[in-house]
Formats: sequence, C-alpha cells, structure tokens
Amino acid sequence: MVLPDSRGHFGPYGGRFVPETLMPALKEIEKAYREAREDPTFQRELKYYLEQYAGRPTPLYFAANLTRHLGGARVYLKREDLNHTGSHKLNNALGQALLARRMGKKRLIAETGAGQHGVATATVAALLGMECEIYMGEEDTRRQALNVFRMELLGARVIPVAAGSCTLKDAVNEALRDWVTNVRTTYYLIGSVVGPHPYPMMVRDFQAVIGEETRQQVLEASGRLPDHLIACVGGGSNAMGLFYPFIQDAGVKMWGAEAAGRGLKTGRHAASLTAGRPGVFQGSYSYIVQDENGQIKPVYSLSAGLDYPGVGPEHSYLKDSGRATYMAITDAEALEAFQLLSRTEGIIPALESAHAVALAMKMAPGLSQEEIIIVNLSGRGDKDVQQVEAVLQEGGENHGC
Amino acid sequence: MGVERISAAFAAREKEGRKALIVYLCAGDPSLEVTAAAVQELAAAGVDIIELGVPFSDPVADGPVIQAASTRALARGTNLRKILDLVKNLRSRVSLPLVLMSYYNPLLQYGLAGLAADLAAAGVDGLIVPDLPLEESAPLREKLEAVKLAAIPLVAPTTPAERLQQIAAAAQGFIYCVSLTGVTGARESLPPGIAAYLARVREATDLPLGVGFGISHPEQARLLAPLCDGIIVGSAVVRALHEGGLPAAVEVVQSLRQAI
Ligand SMILES: Cc1ncc(COP(=O)(O)O)c(C=O)c1O
Repeated sequence: MVLPDSRGHFGPYGGRFVPETLMPALKEIEKAYREAREDPTFQRELKYYLEQYAGRPTPLYFAANLTRHLGGARVYLKREDLNHTGSHKLNNALGQALLARRMGKKRLIAETGAGQHGVATATVAALLGMECEIYMGEEDTRRQALNVFRMELLGARVIPVAAGSCTLKDAVNEALRDWVTNVRTTYYLIGSVVGPHPYPMMVRDFQAVIGEETRQQVLEASGRLPDHLIACVGGGSNAMGLFYPFIQDAGVKMWGAEAAGRGLKTGRHAASLTAGRPGVFQGSYSYIVQDENGQIKPVYSLSAGLDYPGVGPEHSYLKDSGRATYMAITDAEALEAFQLLSRTEGIIPALESAHAVALAMKMAPGLSQEEIIIVNLSGRGDKDVQQVEAVLQEGGENHGC
Repeated sequence: MGVERISAAFAAREKEGRKALIVYLCAGDPSLEVTAAAVQELAAAGVDIIELGVPFSDPVADGPVIQAASTRALARGTNLRKILDLVKNLRSRVSLPLVLMSYYNPLLQYGLAGLAADLAAAGVDGLIVPDLPLEESAPLREKLEAVKLAAIPLVAPTTPAERLQQIAAAAQGFIYCVSLTGVTGARESLPPGIAAYLARVREATDLPLGVGFGISHPEQARLLAPLCDGIIVGSAVVRALHEGGLPAAVEVVQSLRQAI
C-alpha cells in the first residue's frame, strides 16, 4: 500500500487540520507537486542542483575507529553534514523552492529552530532570486545568533517571534499566520515532515535521496543491506529520508532517536513519540507532547533542532505498526557522543545528529561484528561548538538554556 | 435548543429588519466569573449570539489580542470542563444561543464520544472549530448532529465556489464567513472584494451568513450589514474587556448594536 492515502493519511495519522483559508493553497501545492514529480524537466533540474550545488551524493563512510572503539557492529555514517550549508535540510529546501518557482510564487517564508532550515531556505532563495522571510523564536535567535547573521548575509529577513515559548513551535505558528494572510503570493517552505498534507509526503520524498543513495552505497560496499538504520527525530525529516527507501526490506530495522532532554521523568524533554499521545497540532494528527486538556506542553532539548513538541505523522504510523522503534536520548548522552565522534573520527556532529550517534553507541557493543549499522549524520556541529563549550565548562548538570 | 435556538435568533432580527450581533469572548479571561458576568451584560446590551472561546496554547488562526487573552485564560487554569460548568450555570439566566469556538485538540482530548452529550447537557448550542476543515470534520459533525447541535463551518475568501457548496451542504446554524485572508484582529477598513465574496457564499446557501475577522468599528459593521445576516466581533471586545473592564466592553457592543 502506498502511503499516504489521497487525503494525506498514514493510517489514522496525518491529514489536514488548518484554517479554511489555507485549504485551497494546500490542494494547489499538492497538485503542483504531483505534476512536478512526474515531470522529467523538474527532476533533471533538481538533480542538477543536488549534484552541482549541494554536492551530492554524500559519502557513506565506514567509521572504522568508532567501530573499533565500540567493539560490536560495523558502524557507517551517512555524511549529510557534507551537504552545502551543513545539513540535510538543503535537500528539501531545494526541492520545495524549485516547486514554488514553478508555481509562480516569488516569496518564500519558513520557520527555523536551530537555524539550519532557515539557512537552507535563505540559501535557495538567494540562488533562485526569491524574496525570503524566516520566522525564528526569540529564544532561538539568542541561542543561534550566528545563524541569524548567516541568514541576513544571504539576503533573508529574520523575524523574531516573541509569542508562547519563543521557540520552534511558535515560529511555525507565526509562519502559518503569515501564510494565512499572504497565501496568494507566498509559498510556505516547511522544514520537516510535519504540518498538513502534502508536506509530510513531499518533504519525505525530497529527503528520500538520502536513503536511495545509502541503499546503493551499502550494497556496493558490503554486498548486502544493513541490519539497522539510526537517525535522530525532531520533526523527523532526516529519519524519514533515510528510512523510506528501506521500508519494504523487512530485515532492515529502523531506530529513531528523540530528545529526552534532562530525562523523561523530569518532564523536560521533547520526546513526542516515546512520551507523548496522539493529537492534532500544527496541521496534522500525530504524537504530541501535551497535557490532559490537550494543551501543548513546553518542551526542552539542548539541541534546538529537536526542541519541538510534535513529530511527522508517518513516524507515528511507523511506531504503531512496529516497523520503526523510537528511543529517547538525554542531553548528557548526546554530549558524550558529540565528543566521542569528534575524537575518534575527527567529525564534529550537529547536536541533533549526536543523538543518533548516542543511540548507535548504546546498540553497537551488544551486536555481532557481522551486523551493519548506518547512522544518519544529519548535520555538522560547527553551529553548536560554542554552546557545547559553555555547557561543558558549567560541568555536567545544567545543560543549555 | 441547539440549531433551533440559533436559527430563531437570526430569524428574530430578520423580522425587525436588522442584523444579528455575534460577540466572541475568550472564556476565562480574566476569569470565568467575569466571563459569566460579561455574557449576561452583553446579552442585555443586545448581543444575539455569544461565542465562548476555549483557550488553546497554539491558536494559529488568531492575532495578538486573542493570543494574549488565551494565554491569560490558560494561566488561570481554564479548561473545557470548567467552561461547560460555566455554561450550565448561565443557562438558567440567559436565553441567547451560546456556541463554543475551540481548536480541535482540546475537543479531541476531551473525547469526542462524550463531548456532544456533555455540550448538549450544559446548554451549548453549537460549535465552531477553526482548524477543522470539511474533509476532517465528519466524526465531530455526526456526533453533534445526533444531539441537534450546530456544526458551524468557516468559509474564506479563498474558498472556491464548488467547495462553498460542499461546506454549506454540511453546515448548520449559520456560515461563518471569514472576511479576509488573515488572522483575527481589528482592522481599520473593509477588505477589498468583500461584497463579491459574500455574494458567492450567498449563492451557495440559504443559511444565515455571519461575517467576522477584522471588524471593530460601527462604521464597518454598518457597511457590511446589507451584505450578510450577522456581524461577528471578537478582538475589539476582548481588548476592551481587558483594558477597560466590563463597562468598556458594553460600550463597544452598544455602539455596534446601534449600527446594525
Ligand atoms: C542537523 C539537524 N539534524 C536534524 C534536525 C531535526 O530535524 P528532522 O527531524 O526533521 O530531521 C535538524 C533541525 O534543525 C538539524 O539541523
């Protein structure tokens, strides 16, 4: 069965829960996207930019030192950190911006948490000569000041959002309000597999290049499919991108690493799949972090890119069906992985990606040396170096904001 | 009760050659006691239908005034259960239709199974859910229909003609016409193209049309009145109540009442 269905449902999850004003726009995007997907010219153009501009394919690197250190399964890293702009976010930004241009839209808006998706969107806007405004929680503009400047250098306007918790979810709310107001001229370039249909499907498809390359690369390198795929899950786009091309391969197990923040029991986490319940939030039905009255609860993670109370609906479906398993990784575990990968492999991962590395560190030692783990290294850690330095100097306990 | 009470409210004004005045209040801002007092005083001041907003943490269809009111109401511990108690208490004191305006998740978490019966028992007459478009609304509509409560849909200037017909076919009570592409919040002027838009909605349905979003001045209401059956005012009253208390809110309502 091909998911989602025609109304954007993955089993019970997904759908479209937005103000009526946006419904025609969502249908228009869906139609344009389905046409573009079948159009060789569009696909050729996307392929051109992915190769010549983003630098794809990214390597599948055998992490020999890390493997030796962990003493179990063979660990490979899918190097999305080597993409232009430093993360997987560009794959999706390129795809959607080309679609927006094809639809005749001249203005792009986007939300950003860590700033990676904002930078990717500002980058493609510069590339394609489009107007660009980025919504970013005020708290995040402080945490990621350097990325604010990067976006401005690229010609985008960054709009700080001082509502709610002043983080990623509030930036999404504000971007939705902008879109409701300017829907006739504006394209909302969502940064993950979240939001109303067709975004979860479309963003997954644009990110699936990660898994498609990985499949070919691992077959070339080892002559067989991997045993385990591991990716961090904020909204879930890098994870869906890696998982999707392997969904039919029953022998390939899939693992998502969510942010446990200071620990699930402290209530200071962002683990929607492992500690949340299904509900409707920001356009779709999926697992969310909420209280008993259906109010969205404040979430927390050291990693700004995972600091989100929702998750893509397809992950909710994969969780319930048992096809994928989701585990929560604490700040402390991610920090340890951040340092370990830096020292063993000379690769500084994004704090988000460090959650995936941390899960591999837990799993690999218990597995046989014949097994293959592939970790999606969704981004590079340059953006996080200052924050990690500050946290390590504080010493252990008091992570982050 | 329910759909009938709403229809009767519109019919009564129509017989007078006037238009219905519909006011939105954010329940629990500044407290449920004040909300209760406001409902009674505004009813006495000539309001025909009151929408009680169920506060939500992430109100994407709302502008700054109602966002802030929702935050204040949530900080006071307001929730759907308490709002239903409030309606139950008010029902013996006011006879005008009371409808709830709620984002979908608080309703879902309350449980759709028990919701409709509890709404009806409390004396709520209808429900407006700004993030529940037609395609996803069947489960809730079926439950409301079973207890004869109105499922009041929203339409927007971007809604195409064919879709207007589909929405209208599933509607009860009245059609909430969002006046502009945008979120709630007072605006100075009327949106361009509003007459043609409302004429399109009129074509699609015989139900009363209530127009809301952006209306705050009596002059706007007066100009809009000939194009519709009811005027919906939210942010202007919510702001007056917050800044000047009940007397200020009553004053806003009286000037609007005179205009239509
Ligand atoms: C490097 C990196 N990885 C992962 C994420 C989380 O997003 P997603 O779960 O959609 O991949 C982010 C978000 O900012 C990111 O910057």
